Amino acid sequence: MIAGIPMPDANHWAEAAMIATVVLSSTAGEVLTAAAMKSIGDLDDIRAVSGLKGAIKAVVTCPLFFLGVGFLAFAFFALLFALNHLPLSLVAPASASLTLVTNAIAGKIFLKENVDRRRWASAVLVAMGVYLLTQ
Amino acid sequence: MSHSRLKPGQYAILGLVSISAPLGDTLLDRGMSHLPPISLAHPSALIAAVFTPWIVAGIVMLIGFFASYLTALSWADLTYVLPATAFGNVIVALLSKFWLHEDISPARWAGIALITIGVGFVAQGPSRTEHPAPPPSPGEAA
Repeated sequence: MIAGIPMPDANHWAEAAMIATVVLSSTAGEVLTAAAMKSIGDLDDIRAVSGLKGAIKAVVTCPLFFLGVGFLAFAFFALLFALNHLPLSLVAPASASLTLVTNAIAGKIFLKENVDRRRWASAVLVAMGVYLLTQ
Repeated sequence: MSHSRLKPGQYAILGLVSISAPLGDTLLDRGMSHLPPISLAHPSALIAAVFTPWIVAGIVMLIGFFASYLTALSWADLTYVLPATAFGNVIVALLSKFWLHEDISPARWAGIALITIGVGFVAQGPSRTEHPAPPPSPGEAA
């Protein structure tokens, strides 16, 4: 304890690590999938030219897409693992709301998206709303 | 083709993303709750569960979600799609209130209000970041 502030014990660190794993792997998956779809281009335009088969082919021949799906699958199993050790009332709100904020940060850094004040405000408001709704 | 403002069909895709994910989860939940507890020692029971009508409907709905989500990401930013489609949480809460007659606590009403305001914020802005085209190389310019 430092100056009256209780130090987190090992259990709290383990809980934080489990939630952080879900949030970070989910964010990596979302960003990689978004990067894949940006590199492919507008699917509506591709479908108009090459049909539905052409649009599906464009997606399934993109390696970045499968890397993103791999991270999303890992995030799913990390979520199941976290739910096996922690209550749903902690895992669901924390992972759902934190992911929105980490996606905004990752979108700005890795996808070079224009995350202006409007989008920051939106991400924070929606994250707070999702947290309250999933309580 | 400008991508900063969405066409009505693209708003419909975002609506589909919002509705199909929570609806798919609800269908899976409904299907699984009708089955006896499944043990990892008997994985064949899990495979059999996949072919029950509620689970099939849930899987079809989640495939529709993923297809419409990928389509949305092909013409809009991730930081636009994720908050905009969070409105599905509000739809589920309102359905639970008015269809299933469940109680919604004041904290959850506050959550609905915050999500609605947040979605309104992001929907007013551009859907895609337009990066300037790289300058032509000297060879191309000549």
